[in-house]
Amino acid sequence: MRLTKLLLAASALSLTATSAMAAEMTIVSWGGAYSKSQQLAYHDPYMAANPDVKIINDESSNEAVAKLRAMNEAGNITWDVVDVVASDAIRLCDEGLAMEIDFDSQLADGDDGSKATEDFGELLVSDCFIPQIVYSTTFAYRTDLVGDTPPSSVCDIFDLAKYPGKRSLEKRPINNMEWALLCDGVAKGDVYDVLSTEAGQAQAFAKLDTIKDSVIWWSAGADTPQLLADGEVIMGSTYNGRLFALIEEQKQPVAMLWDAQVFDLDGWIIPAGLPDDRKQAALDYVRFATDTQRLADQAKFISYGPARKSSAPLVGKHAELGIEMAPHMPTDPENAKNTFLYNYEWWADYRDDLDAKFQAWLAK
Amino acid sequence: MSDTTQTGPVLAADGTPLKRSLMRALRREKMRALLLIAPLLLFVLVTFIAPIVDMLFRSVENEIVSETLPKTVVALEGYDFHTGEAPGEAVFAALAADLKIAVEAKTHTRLGSRLNYEKTGISSLFRKTGRDVKKWDLEADAPFREKFIAADKDWADPDVWRVIQTYSGKYTNGYFLNAIDMEKGPEGPQWRDESQQIYLMLLKRTMFLSITITLSCLLLGYPVAWLLSNIPMRTSNLLMILVLLPFWTSLLVRTSAWKVLLQQQGVINDVLVWIGLVDDANRLVMINNQFGTIVAMTHILLPFMILPLFSVMRTIPPSYLRAAKSLGATDWTAFWRVYFPQSIPGIGAGSILVFILSIGYYITPELVGGTTGVFISNRIAYHISSSLNWGLGAALGTILLLLVLVLYWLYDRIVGIDNVKLG
Repeated sequence: MRLTKLLLAASALSLTATSAMAAEMTIVSWGGAYSKSQQLAYHDPYMAANPDVKIINDESSNEAVAKLRAMNEAGNITWDVVDVVASDAIRLCDEGLAMEIDFDSQLADGDDGSKATEDFGELLVSDCFIPQIVYSTTFAYRTDLVGDTPPSSVCDIFDLAKYPGKRSLEKRPINNMEWALLCDGVAKGDVYDVLSTEAGQAQAFAKLDTIKDSVIWWSAGADTPQLLADGEVIMGSTYNGRLFALIEEQKQPVAMLWDAQVFDLDGWIIPAGLPDDRKQAALDYVRFATDTQRLADQAKFISYGPARKSSAPLVGKHAELGIEMAPHMPTDPENAKNTFLYNYEWWADYRDDLDAKFQAWLAK
Repeated sequence: MSDTTQTGPVLAADGTPLKRSLMRALRREKMRALLLIAPLLLFVLVTFIAPIVDMLFRSVENEIVSETLPKTVVALEGYDFHTGEAPGEAVFAALAADLKIAVEAKTHTRLGSRLNYEKTGISSLFRKTGRDVKKWDLEADAPFREKFIAADKDWADPDVWRVIQTYSGKYTNGYFLNAIDMEKGPEGPQWRDESQQIYLMLLKRTMFLSITITLSCLLLGYPVAWLLSNIPMRTSNLLMILVLLPFWTSLLVRTSAWKVLLQQQGVINDVLVWIGLVDDANRLVMINNQFGTIVAMTHILLPFMILPLFSVMRTIPPSYLRAAKSLGATDWTAFWRVYFPQSIPGIGAGSILVFILSIGYYITPELVGGTTGVFISNRIAYHISSSLNWGLGAALGTILLLLVLVLYWLYDRIVGIDNVKLG
């Protein structure tokens, strides 16, 4: 009898103890090298500072928007913090699925004392979105397959006479339409105005038509690195971090073409409708993970630029390769001579329309 | 107890009419059977039937407009966009009142992205205007017509109002129209602009590719199944493992393996160039097109054809073939007249399985199909997970489901569904 009581008491005690211990937090991200960099730069230090929190990784970011909507409809949100690209964050904010953030009060000040809104500056593209990194979609080429004069401009992609061979482009209109117009003589500042008209869209498609037969269209970020490594294509677009790995880690004969790289952002959102305690925990995590030092730390593990201005001077060497990371950042002045910023507002309007046209064009 | 002798209904031992007693016993039996399968039935209902019905419903459901803008929808009733002008102050006042509430609840942007599927630009129109409406006072700031147009000149565009009016009903056939390359135009349903027509073409292509894949599975699978069922058990078990092996390998690994084999700098092309069959400058294009999709999908779906064929062929006694030959039939006649008809149930089962599986595939076509080898399921996946146009995704899915049902019905009429055997 006494033994049973004792056992019951002990198990009850351990139960309460574990439930107090198990403040679990589910953080959703992209997986692979990117999640690893977050684990090392954010999760591990956060858990070391808060031993009562256990971070669980979920690798569902590429279907985060659909899943969050389904969770919202089911009334059971199981995620606490979600890593998404800016355009998805805007969509989530529009749908009321992400929480609005008061940047200055809910995020840490920069190391240099600047307020969060100043420190992030124009990268705060949505009320719900806390930027983490700046990445870019840009080109790379096989140094051994392009002849003696390597490509130096994005328009070389469209020059089949100078650079015969296959190139890989992403299987969606975004970025490709802009590059096509830029190389068809449209000034950078006018691209979206031109693209808003039927004639401008036709012009972009006509430019893409000139290389259509020489393009392999990719849909996964790993495609272009594989195609370049196998010599299937002589040049192709993808995310700059993937190309860094291809060039510096796998030592392939590939070089970057930074011209007209398109900046895009990736960062955190907190799902709307979390219970108060989980919301506070998520905010606490995000405040920690987006401070100046943490953002700079991530750049030790992957070649994406920190979103805070104050983090830039703190970017150091790669943790394993020991090379300076700054020259590999898309934001480095050498690389960022000619850049393009993804126009979120515009694409939110035109995405559905142009995607239908683009798919119909591809199928023709 | 003299009643028992009279003519009338036969009674059971407890005095109730035998018929009723029998019925009761049968009913009890049925109830018991129902109770036994109840867990499964409930499971299927909750996890299969309900989601499908819910999905079908999404393809016509359109409550968001009338729920977000109830007053505006009512005020718009008499509006005629043919006048070429935006509606009057009454509608704008109603819109201001509706948006005031919607902005508080943050539902205006959701409505914006819904209507943006129909007309480009409405998404930012609602997002932008929402910011202004937040500052307005419903009493003091009237009239609103000029204010709205000052906030965004698109409010003066009668076409915006036409779209709101067209989609103000609780239900819509708009998604189904979109799914067959049509749209709700000013004068009723009309074809979409040619530069946007894609779904009918994809539907046809999906059918064509699925049938091709089914046929090539049959062509490759039939001899294998025949071999497996005509060799000693011990060897056939070993070979069966080889058939099943691909099943246990990750789908992505298998698909990537096909890339390595088929690409222009890949193994097959290298070998062909090395033995001089193909010129180095004209390497064969075998991937990122329909050919790649057919090859990779045939490989993935082959076990689904071999297994039912094998289990049917095992039950065909070899003595029949011997009997046919001893009666003077040639090898071919014996096969065609005796063996083949008996294997038809396996062919039917395998083909239905492979066809239905291939019609819904999208990962493999996405990876190896390039632009000419993708299926309609790729667009469904895009609308479900990326563009969030679940209504259109649901409409496309419904059409696909109906198509499969029609084919199933045709099969039943031509071959007979009783003729399908999995073992």
